[in-house]
Amino acid sequence: MRTFRGFVVKEFRQIVRDTRTLVVLFGMPVIMMVLFGFAIRNEVNNVQVAVLDLAKDAATQSIIQKLGASESFELAGTLESYDEVEQLFREGDIKEVVVFEAGFSEKLIRDGVANIQIITDATDPNLANLVQAYTTSIVQDYTASLNSPAQGQPAGIQPVVRMMYNPELRSVNLFVPGLIAVILMLISALMTSISITREKEMGNMEILLVSPLKPHHIIIGKVLPYLVLSVINVITILILAKFVFQVPFEGSYLFFFLEATLFILTALSLGVFISSIANNQQTAMMISLAGLLLPTVLLSGFIFPVSSMPQPLQLLSHTIPAKWFLIIVRDIMLKGSGLNYLWFETLILSLITLFFMGVSLKKFKVRLQ
Amino acid sequence: MRTIQFLLQKEFLQIFRNRAMLPILFVMPVVQLLVLSFAATYELREVKYALVDMDQSDISRQLNSKFQATGYFVLEAETFSMDQAVRELDKGNVKMVMQIPEGLQDDLVNGSSVDIQLSIDAVDGSTAGLIQSYGVSIIRDFNREKGMELRMRSSGQNVELAKVINLIPLNWYNPDLNYITYMVPGILVVLVSMIGLFLSGMNIVREREIGTIEQLNVTPIRRYQFIAGKLVPFWIIGMFDLAVGLLLARYGFHIPFLGSLVTIFVVAGIYLVVVQALGLLISTVTHTQQQAMFIAWFIMVVFILMGGLFTPIESMPGWAQELTLANPVAYFIKIMRMVLLKGAGWQEIWLMASVLSGMGALLLAVSVNRYRKTTH
Repeated sequence: MRTFRGFVVKEFRQIVRDTRTLVVLFGMPVIMMVLFGFAIRNEVNNVQVAVLDLAKDAATQSIIQKLGASESFELAGTLESYDEVEQLFREGDIKEVVVFEAGFSEKLIRDGVANIQIITDATDPNLANLVQAYTTSIVQDYTASLNSPAQGQPAGIQPVVRMMYNPELRSVNLFVPGLIAVILMLISALMTSISITREKEMGNMEILLVSPLKPHHIIIGKVLPYLVLSVINVITILILAKFVFQVPFEGSYLFFFLEATLFILTALSLGVFISSIANNQQTAMMISLAGLLLPTVLLSGFIFPVSSMPQPLQLLSHTIPAKWFLIIVRDIMLKGSGLNYLWFETLILSLITLFFMGVSLKKFKVRLQ
Repeated sequence: MRTIQFLLQKEFLQIFRNRAMLPILFVMPVVQLLVLSFAATYELREVKYALVDMDQSDISRQLNSKFQATGYFVLEAETFSMDQAVRELDKGNVKMVMQIPEGLQDDLVNGSSVDIQLSIDAVDGSTAGLIQSYGVSIIRDFNREKGMELRMRSSGQNVELAKVINLIPLNWYNPDLNYITYMVPGILVVLVSMIGLFLSGMNIVREREIGTIEQLNVTPIRRYQFIAGKLVPFWIIGMFDLAVGLLLARYGFHIPFLGSLVTIFVVAGIYLVVVQALGLLISTVTHTQQQAMFIAWFIMVVFILMGGLFTPIESMPGWAQELTLANPVAYFIKIMRMVLLKGAGWQEIWLMASVLSGMGALLLAVSVNRYRKTTH
């Protein structure tokens, strides 16, 4: 036990001594939170829109006014002819051109039908889609106001929308749980795998192996400091989320920390697993990057919803631990769910952890070559 | 020149000797391109919803089938208790609950107003926004058609026809709104950056960590020769990977190549120098691969997230948009998309390309200057 304690102390010292890494280690969650909280959004606001108004009458004026008043759009100019559209799009700032046909009001009153063309720069299909949807709903509002009887009572079916769990549709509420997962993966899996492979590459592993330390002592000793660092980082993120970004936390903190510890263990066992198959740090880090971090960012539902992916990738995403952890954290934070709703996700995460722990303990070689 | 040649030979031998590295250099990028391009989409499909239909009339059933007919909505559960429907929402089994109140049909016939409630799981705000706008416009269309028909029939006289404004959407450059077309050029940038930033810089720290750098330092190799020997191999590998990626994009994903490939390769060549110089700079301020790796990864993540790859730069606040002016990844992603998808040429991109060249020159100068042959 004393040798083991000595080993752990050595590992801690080695990490604490490395100030550069420590600064990044503690600075990173803060910077990432600020970026995600303030800068990175997937909602649309102030998209630049140009108008080509071939009618220039009362109806088009009031629709244009409604467009300009919306928070989603910013009127960035009026065109005189179709030919200008192409150059505008090529320059790349204007994302949508709204075209009113000639004689718009007249047609609307006489025939009851008038046309608006919405030309979008669809190089970014997501943006084009959203911009189109917002324009449509603004025009629909306008039509509804034309059609409602004079009494002011709107007729027929009225859709009433209630946004649950995140009424202001804030991206930061969605991103914080994902961010926790990414940072934990980075610290626990990447750093662990590199630090164990490092001993191999430098040749220190032999010294460790001939020491009275048991193999599992070595692994635990390597893993423990990162476990502590990870927990500190989770707490930092939570504090920032709660007090700077006012992200709601509906569920129980205790339950959250238990789940977070489970996920940290998953990530650590993945790290140990990687170090057992990689021979040098470069390989270890490329495997962690390509095999863990990118899937954690892209296949877990962090940024892109899993339900939008094609079927084979949805199946693949089931094998990504971060996907399950994300569901758990989002549900705890935003919906306030407890174990009765989340037992299935928790079970899967535990199974993945046990699997990788088992495999890496087995693969951890006591001999070199 | 001969010295550089030998150094290059040595580096290439070292790279190709490492069996574990080869698949990472050549297979991983392809796999990633395939997987990530399909994964990175916001496209709305198959929104599962629960229905609480208290009316059970003809009209309510028609409305329901109208929802399903769009192809965006799939009925997952039907119940008479709002509590139970909300529980489905809590569990995450459905994304939306539609609640149709009793008396929908009667109210519609006598022309009074009825509310249909759509409760949407808004954890993902952007998806929720799309669900909302599709849902609302289905209901409004339905209201217009049915309401009119019913009132006409019941009152037996001609009701004045409602006015309609038709919206004709026209999506330029990407008429099918195919997300893959948009993502592939951006993901290529990420792959090239990973090779450029991580590997070449890391290589130098590795020599330092293992101690072999001392052996190189005592040789008559000049500073620039040593650095060229470290940078050139990964520059070539990076360009090679880009070429493979472009082939895949063209023939696998059928991305339209409207612009000139020469432009792409010239810009890519400059861009690779920028990221490699950055990697080199990182390697001059770190001592172990772990440090270098960690810092490089951190910088890369910030660059990519702020680079407009996943979320539009336009949605960022002003100060953040200004920060992207210093982000090489943002420039290259923008250039790739403009050239490949819109057919832009030098006329449109020369400014961005020269900013990139400036960055490359500056970073290279700083890092070569910082690199010392002597160990402190």
